[in-house]
Amino acid sequence: MKPLDWLDQRTGYRKLAHEVLFENVPGGARWRYVWGSTLVFCFVLQVITGIALWFAYSPSSQTAWESVYYIQHEMWGGWFLRGLHHYTAQAMTVLLAVHLMQVVIDGAYKAPREFNFWSGIFLLCLTLGLSLTGYLLPWDQKGYWATRVATNILAITPFVGPELQQLVVGGADYGHHTLTRFFALHAGVIPGAIILFIVAHIYFFRRHGLTPKEPRRRPDAAFWPDQVLRDAVACLAVLAVVVFLVVRNRGAELGAPADPSEPFPAARPEWYFLFLFEFLKYFPGGTEVWGAIVIPGLLMALLAAMPFIGNWRLGHRFNVAFLWIVLAGSGWLTWLALAEDRANPDHAIAVAAAQREAQRVVELARSPAGIPATGAVTLLRQDPLTQGPKLFARHCASCHRFDGHDGLGGQPKDAASAADLKGFASREWLAGLLDPARVATPHYFGGTKFKNGKMVKYVREDVAEYGPEDRKLLEFTIAALSAEAGLKAQRDIDRRDEALIVQGREALVGPRMNCADCHVFRGTGDAVGPELTGYGSREWLVAFIGNAAHPRFYGERNDRMPLFGEDKVITPGELGLIVDWLRGEWFVPPPAATR
Amino acid sequence: MEPHPPPPAPARRNFLAQAAAAVIGAITLVIPAASGLLVLLDPLRRKPAGGGAVFVANLAAVPAGGEPRKFPVLATRVDAWNRTPDVPVGAVYLQRLPDGGVRALNVACPHAGCFVDYKAARDNFHCPCHNSSFALDGRVLDPKSPSPRPLDSLETEVRGGTEVWVRFRNFRAGVHEKIPV
Repeated sequence: MKPLDWLDQRTGYRKLAHEVLFENVPGGARWRYVWGSTLVFCFVLQVITGIALWFAYSPSSQTAWESVYYIQHEMWGGWFLRGLHHYTAQAMTVLLAVHLMQVVIDGAYKAPREFNFWSGIFLLCLTLGLSLTGYLLPWDQKGYWATRVATNILAITPFVGPELQQLVVGGADYGHHTLTRFFALHAGVIPGAIILFIVAHIYFFRRHGLTPKEPRRRPDAAFWPDQVLRDAVACLAVLAVVVFLVVRNRGAELGAPADPSEPFPAARPEWYFLFLFEFLKYFPGGTEVWGAIVIPGLLMALLAAMPFIGNWRLGHRFNVAFLWIVLAGSGWLTWLALAEDRANPDHAIAVAAAQREAQRVVELARSPAGIPATGAVTLLRQDPLTQGPKLFARHCASCHRFDGHDGLGGQPKDAASAADLKGFASREWLAGLLDPARVATPHYFGGTKFKNGKMVKYVREDVAEYGPEDRKLLEFTIAALSAEAGLKAQRDIDRRDEALIVQGREALVGPRMNCADCHVFRGTGDAVGPELTGYGSREWLVAFIGNAAHPRFYGERNDRMPLFGEDKVITPGELGLIVDWLRGEWFVPPPAATR
Repeated sequence: MEPHPPPPAPARRNFLAQAAAAVIGAITLVIPAASGLLVLLDPLRRKPAGGGAVFVANLAAVPAGGEPRKFPVLATRVDAWNRTPDVPVGAVYLQRLPDGGVRALNVACPHAGCFVDYKAARDNFHCPCHNSSFALDGRVLDPKSPSPRPLDSLETEVRGGTEVWVRFRNFRAGVHEKIPV
């Protein structure tokens, strides 16, 4: 016996292969029959890429984002793998809609193919379930907040809502068990169910055969090879589109790690759920259950009833019209949602901020310190560049400005009544302070009670009359005072001007500049105004913001500056973040070439 | 493939064997299924941590003019097997009241749980997700807002005249009543 005959005798593979490949295609192969095959292809692709991702993914609130970051930014081709998985999921949603439309338009849902249709509807729901659960797994801000909204909507389900939500979330709050559950659903339960239903779907399909599109233009033919070729070309086209999207967008987006205390105004669901999101805006308080559950439920019920409706005289036309209307309505709502966000400047700011944080956390994760065991969320919480502007806006911007805004680019309600702190203690900033034209503007003392004080008077009267030699000396003095801060941005010029700075230090307490008349500098002078030793250094700023009314600074003459440290308005940690941000002290990644 | 010989028809006296097979089959499935279900249902008995008053901010940090300011609420966060003290578990808007007290509003929108924003220009709260808007005291402003109830106010206490303590909790989203979760 030949080996292949032996194999066939033992396994019966020839009959099976014949059954699979020589299904009759009435009217011959056609392009319109390819959609089901492209969906199977997408599912197989998702299983392959998903299993590969599984090998590197770790579902917990301290490791989910971190492991996805590692896949995306550190592992060989990780960005491409994740991109394939991400965009194929989107392609699948589109293909599901196309397949459904083709089946309904061609009347393939009618008797005796009810079970074929219903198993298909169920597969559609399962695939959407894969999207919903997969969206959370990277545990980034986007997935986290979208899932919070989605599970809160689940909670309004009549009778069992809150319990259902608690079961899905895995407890009273979002965390480890939300991820373990979503992951088990995403990688185990739902794909398993999909495999079962695909088998059933194809079994029902084979049992009743393909529904030919009339008129049949050609004689019947076998599935192999003409239809298989068309299917293969269609799958290749789908793959090409997906790969194009992956390469163009450099893979799938990964936002900043989820932070339950950090709001995310840019929260939007994946684009194919946008119509539902928009739909909910039209249901005033308490009627949400209609928009989120009752109406979508009725639409699904109507969809499932199509095989029966199709038996009536005008039933088929009704079904086709109904589907077109639902599709057009969803498209319209999606467009409305996008248009509203485009017209909303707050949304643009929120999206930009989200992108900035997403980029920043990657820089920090790649810094020599890396990601601590507490997770990447601590990287952003302890980053002056990220937290400084927020803390400034919250605590400082009611009086101060930073480059004319509140630190985050917004404008507070009240006009500035204290100095603009961008570049505080830099040469440039000090040169402005010592400029007779600028010292009394709101940028410096203009909004404070020192507007008519000694310092302003000194600048406007004495400095205004400086001759060229004194100006030179003033320049040295500024360089010396600015060098006290030890600013990172001035490290090079401070080193370059070392000799000049030594002269400036002498001038500071010397008879011409005579700062020591009112300020203490390195042990010399009278403590009327703030001390100038270490002016603008980290220690000086922490002490100053902590207690501006200390005799070392303004003493009793302090003008409205809250005693942030002394009165515990902010914590020492927050104070340090504000100071480091003002001083420009944060991690800067080295240029790409030296990494 | 050789055809299988057809099995003989079961005799009536085999009823006992059939019943026993069904019962034993069921038992072998019930035990693993029930033990799995039990663990699956475990989250239903988990209660959120906290509910006690926590220190949120110093009174000096709350603007004197009555303008709301957002503060993170630091508390012990319990996430299944992890217990982390002093981490943000949520946020509140604090406002000084004319009578010297402090009002605290949970920042979570009662509609679907997004965080509302204080809009200084309009002097109200706005939810960036589904456009609910709220007055400074938390009332729903626009009747078309999807939020079913005002922003959730929280009990506050000013201790020693300087420290604002808040009994922080979250409430069920999407319903008229304010039900703690």
